[in-house]
Amino acid sequence: MVLLQRPHILLLLIGTHQFLQCWIAFGSVNEEGQKQEEFSEELLLKPLPDHKLLAHFHFQSSGPPSTSNGCHHHLFPKAISQLVQKFRIKEMELSFTKGRWNYESWGGFDPLSSSNAKPPGVELWAVFDVPQHHIDASWKNLTHTLSGLFCASINFLESTATYSTPEWSFPPASGNVRYGTLPCEAVCTENLTPWLKLLPCRDKAGIALLLDRPSLYRGFYHSQQLHLTSTGSSSEGIDSGIILEQTLTVVLQPNSEMAIEVHASEKHIQPSWSLSSIFGKQVSGRCVLAKPSSVYLLLDRGLSAANGLTSENFWSNPSFELSANPDRIFLEESSSHSKSLSILYMFQVEKYCESEPFDIGLMWKVPVAWLCQQTPLHASRFLMGSGNERAAIAISLKSTQFTEGFMSANSKDGSCELRVDVFQVVPWYVKVYFHSLRVFVDQQPRAVSDIIEKIHVSPSKDKMSPGVMEVVLKLPCRVNTAALTIEFDKGFLRIDEYLPDANQGFDIPSAIISFPNFHASMVFLEDDSLNKSPLLSKFQEKCPVMSYTEVLLVPLTTPDFSMPYNVITITCTVFALYFGSLLNVLQRRVAEEERFLKAKAAKKTGRLPLLLSKLSAKLRGSGINQN
Amino acid sequence: MAETKEKSLSDEKPKPRVRPIVRLGIFLISHSFLVSIVCCTAGVLALFLLPVLAKNTYISENALMPGSASPMLSNQHVSDGNRLVKDLTNPNSKSSETGIESHKIIAQYMLDLGAEVSFHKFHPQMNQFHPLHFFSSPVSGKIQENYSCSSYGINTVGIIRAPRGDGKEAIVLVTPYNALKSGFGEALSLGIAYSVFSLLTQVTWLAKDIIWLVADSQYGEYAAVAAWLREYQTPKFSSLSTPNAEMCPDVNNLFELKGHSISGSKFSNSFRRAGTMAAALVLKVRDQNEQFEDTISIYAEASNGQMPNLDLINVVNYLAVHRQGLRVNVEKLWPLLNSSWLKSLGEIFESLAKVAKSLYPKWKFGIPATEYVEGTATLASSLYYQALGVPTGPHGAFRDYQVDAITLEISPKFSLDKVWRNDILLRGGRLIEGVIRSVNNLLEKFHQSFFLYLLTSPSKFVSVGVYMIAFALLIAPLPMVAASLYVDANSSSNCSKGDSSTPSAITDTDEHGIAIRSWSPTTSFMIWVLLSILSLLTLNSVLASPLACAKATQEKEWALVKSVTISSVFIGLGLMSVINFATAEIGALLMVPMCLLARPLKLDVRAGTLRSFCRLICNLVLGHIAFPPAAFFLLKGMLDGFGNANVGDFWMWVESLWAWNSATYLFIGMVQLPCWVLCVSILFHTC
Repeated sequence: MVLLQRPHILLLLIGTHQFLQCWIAFGSVNEEGQKQEEFSEELLLKPLPDHKLLAHFHFQSSGPPSTSNGCHHHLFPKAISQLVQKFRIKEMELSFTKGRWNYESWGGFDPLSSSNAKPPGVELWAVFDVPQHHIDASWKNLTHTLSGLFCASINFLESTATYSTPEWSFPPASGNVRYGTLPCEAVCTENLTPWLKLLPCRDKAGIALLLDRPSLYRGFYHSQQLHLTSTGSSSEGIDSGIILEQTLTVVLQPNSEMAIEVHASEKHIQPSWSLSSIFGKQVSGRCVLAKPSSVYLLLDRGLSAANGLTSENFWSNPSFELSANPDRIFLEESSSHSKSLSILYMFQVEKYCESEPFDIGLMWKVPVAWLCQQTPLHASRFLMGSGNERAAIAISLKSTQFTEGFMSANSKDGSCELRVDVFQVVPWYVKVYFHSLRVFVDQQPRAVSDIIEKIHVSPSKDKMSPGVMEVVLKLPCRVNTAALTIEFDKGFLRIDEYLPDANQGFDIPSAIISFPNFHASMVFLEDDSLNKSPLLSKFQEKCPVMSYTEVLLVPLTTPDFSMPYNVITITCTVFALYFGSLLNVLQRRVAEEERFLKAKAAKKTGRLPLLLSKLSAKLRGSGINQN
Repeated sequence: MAETKEKSLSDEKPKPRVRPIVRLGIFLISHSFLVSIVCCTAGVLALFLLPVLAKNTYISENALMPGSASPMLSNQHVSDGNRLVKDLTNPNSKSSETGIESHKIIAQYMLDLGAEVSFHKFHPQMNQFHPLHFFSSPVSGKIQENYSCSSYGINTVGIIRAPRGDGKEAIVLVTPYNALKSGFGEALSLGIAYSVFSLLTQVTWLAKDIIWLVADSQYGEYAAVAAWLREYQTPKFSSLSTPNAEMCPDVNNLFELKGHSISGSKFSNSFRRAGTMAAALVLKVRDQNEQFEDTISIYAEASNGQMPNLDLINVVNYLAVHRQGLRVNVEKLWPLLNSSWLKSLGEIFESLAKVAKSLYPKWKFGIPATEYVEGTATLASSLYYQALGVPTGPHGAFRDYQVDAITLEISPKFSLDKVWRNDILLRGGRLIEGVIRSVNNLLEKFHQSFFLYLLTSPSKFVSVGVYMIAFALLIAPLPMVAASLYVDANSSSNCSKGDSSTPSAITDTDEHGIAIRSWSPTTSFMIWVLLSILSLLTLNSVLASPLACAKATQEKEWALVKSVTISSVFIGLGLMSVINFATAEIGALLMVPMCLLARPLKLDVRAGTLRSFCRLICNLVLGHIAFPPAAFFLLKGMLDGFGNANVGDFWMWVESLWAWNSATYLFIGMVQLPCWVLCVSILFHTC
């Protein structure tokens, strides 16, 4: 402020006009107080029913429209803002995942799981704000940039055979979406380090200090995401604010070294844990740049119901003990289809410092068992058939206990329908016959037109584009099981089209099953402080319930990879034989030879010339024969 | 044939030069007698040389790394396994009539480990014959009508999800178990599997899911595994109003498990799956033990002579021998071990090798005579079981879905001792753990090592490149002899061209299609023989009456028939060698000498020389041997003693071939029998 009061001195000191503008612009923003660059760090811990613990790190940086402060940033990572400006990205999500999300025991209905359960490997989708014919070029450049940024082989998504254009079933529905997955990408620290570089404090301070690599990668599920949203006016593109959400979801097993002991004695009691026992580290204060820096402990509906926690007695809960006193407690707003409420304990990291590090622990006193809220239908996908010629993909949907409860409550009017969207991408070498799509509901074959409300199919083109199938199913509410099957031929590939480790088989990426009628959201009772927490406001957003199916492995026929050598040898032999005999034929004069022989027979010459001519004929003959 | 025609044409016109390849062909055809003798002897000799030529096995796939990690199975897991064995052999658990109690116990144990558990109910399915479905699984098109609640089996399936894996692949561990009358061995095999399973729930190195299938073997081990696989690979989504197993009252009791309320989501009554199966191990423990040391037998033959990848056997062999100190056994034809002629043959080979070594010290190909005899016995059984086309265990069901699988049968030495039981649990468990760990290491499916091989001992094998030679030598003279016969017959009488095709109509003798069910095997067999002869005679009299032909052509007619026979044998054997090599090899051994020697008996009798007499005797003997039932009795008599041989056995044997969908059945019906009939018709030709 002192500098601003004396612009002449600044001008003299710096001597460049542009810098002055920058400073003035920054000052003006500061005065407005609204469009400042912000950074927040939050950690959410959630006990899971199968003795595991979910830790969800959420870092959010927001950059204001860039015209206001030129091309310079204080907190916001420059690489990302350049990326957004260059490729005009409206929205983008990149996730690196290892392990599988267990929908049955970890739930699928809450916002945490429906936005953070991702298929194994790399998944990338992006919405572009460019004209239609430029999208593919932008996508290609984007994949290369990201591949360099995150040390991953995302550039394999460049080829048109690997990414697809969802029409309407993919949630950010618009024609400008591109979607691609790499199911077999291995995820490790080399992807995490560049991701951490985007944080202003890296992993040197604040909550990110907990990200101890060995304990992270020891977990059962590990998903690292990057979500970009650029807000503001879209058509100009340059002057838009960017929100960067970086989340890391891990499912860990607390005190796994004591598993045997637990197994032997009290196996039903949940393991007690603390931050230091899980991550081997403690939080010694917040990242000074982070505005809200807080840790949450979420007890979901099932757990709080099992504990007998209600809005009255949640302070004096009997079944567990927290090692630190929460700063605030939030109760979920009561919703229509659930009696029990989630409870959220909030701890503010700001209060803690180096001498008194933050370490929250949870001690269970009595055994508790509960179930997480599951998706309306549990989806699983598998391959059918045997042999190297044909097979079929089957997607089977089974009702879960949630559906039973919910449907019985909702289906009073009788004509209740459950909408299920299926989005399936198949690589081109899996040649799907879309006419063979069959639907079974409750073990009865049904006409496709009865069940399928809407279908969009774009058949694959060999080596060009993958096959995409988007289906909207309308199932009766009381459905127990439903199944979709579709047959395919296994294609033959050229030898250079096989991936490394071709004998392992080829992956069919996960199908996305979404339930647009259901929205996973967790609305906590209104409070001023809620608006400050990006994590909680994200929970309040209504996002459709989504689940990913398993990745499938299709064994294709593989050639003997020494084949090129054999082919070369055989081809050379064939060529040699062909040219040899052709030359032989061309060179030989049949009539001439016959005449010569006749003449020889007619002529009675002396012994020596006869012998000589015989010898020469033999020599010539054998020479020809050898050819 | 084309060459010979060319030759016959070229003979007439004086041409200056004949191409060398044609000249070679003409040379071979004109000396076909000598060639056939040399080739046949060499072929038989090469077959007997195979044990000498066998190579040591080696682990071809680097990723397997067997035994590189020290076993993690501890006494803790063994005592867990022991607990299950005790609970299962406890008389209380056997009180229930249907054996549901023991299934519940197993499921409860699995649930306690944190595995996903489900029951799979199945009805035993009758085998149906699908000709030409040799290597694929039978299509489960037909639904059985008469299900009843009394006959169903329950497979208990436990699945461990690899904690950090992507779930694309799975390894299957199968233990057959009959809840109604289980021996101690079956309970012990469950104990071993359980101790491995309890270890695998704790380890962090799993990359593939583990499926443990407790197959209900009250309707046969194979049927249970096959039913589970059918449900896994080709499920039927629609149930067409047939009574389901779910409707039976007993079955529903299954789902009331204790653990249901606590870890409820882990148990489900729906069928559970993991990914593509990488390999499968079937584990059995034999009840009676006559061995002197702990042995482990490997059974690998699946339907139609398909074998699992050799690497799987190698890994098991390596771990059993070098890590767990178990003796590894593969099936042998035991009677061959005591045969003296084989021993003397082995000694001859040994002494020959010695001579060769003394001549040039670097020639080392001899093996000791005893080893030779053992190798030959193993090779013979390997050939026989491959030729039979009937799987030697429940692993055969996996091969139908292109999954490599073997059966391991542990036969321990002592019995019922506590210490001994722990020891066998520990060693068996560590072996299984090692194999699973090796397969788990695999990045790609098994493809490095051989699929076509014959074992001569657990650590020695003959690859396809070597054993093909014997077969190729055996059938090589066939086209030449056929050509020479054709040329001879053609050159002597030009008129016979039109008639040469008539005798081939006799080949219509496949009477197996007549389904005879209600009689005993012996009567069925007799009826079949009578019917065949009857139809053969009628067909012969109607279609191929030799009187229809002129006298002049008849003299050489048998030569033409023989030529046709030989070429059809050649084609048949060639085709069969692609489908099931071992069948073709044995078939060639039986049929090639007969076909080559066949000559009308009348001619030989008329000639009256010693040579023709010998030929007549040979013809008669070979004509008997090559008749499939006769060959069967001869083999059976040689192996088991002639006293046990029963006429009905052959019928049973053929029926089992039929039931197991074997290509050998087709081979006997469509190649061997017709060719035998043709040969016999040559023998009794009236000329």
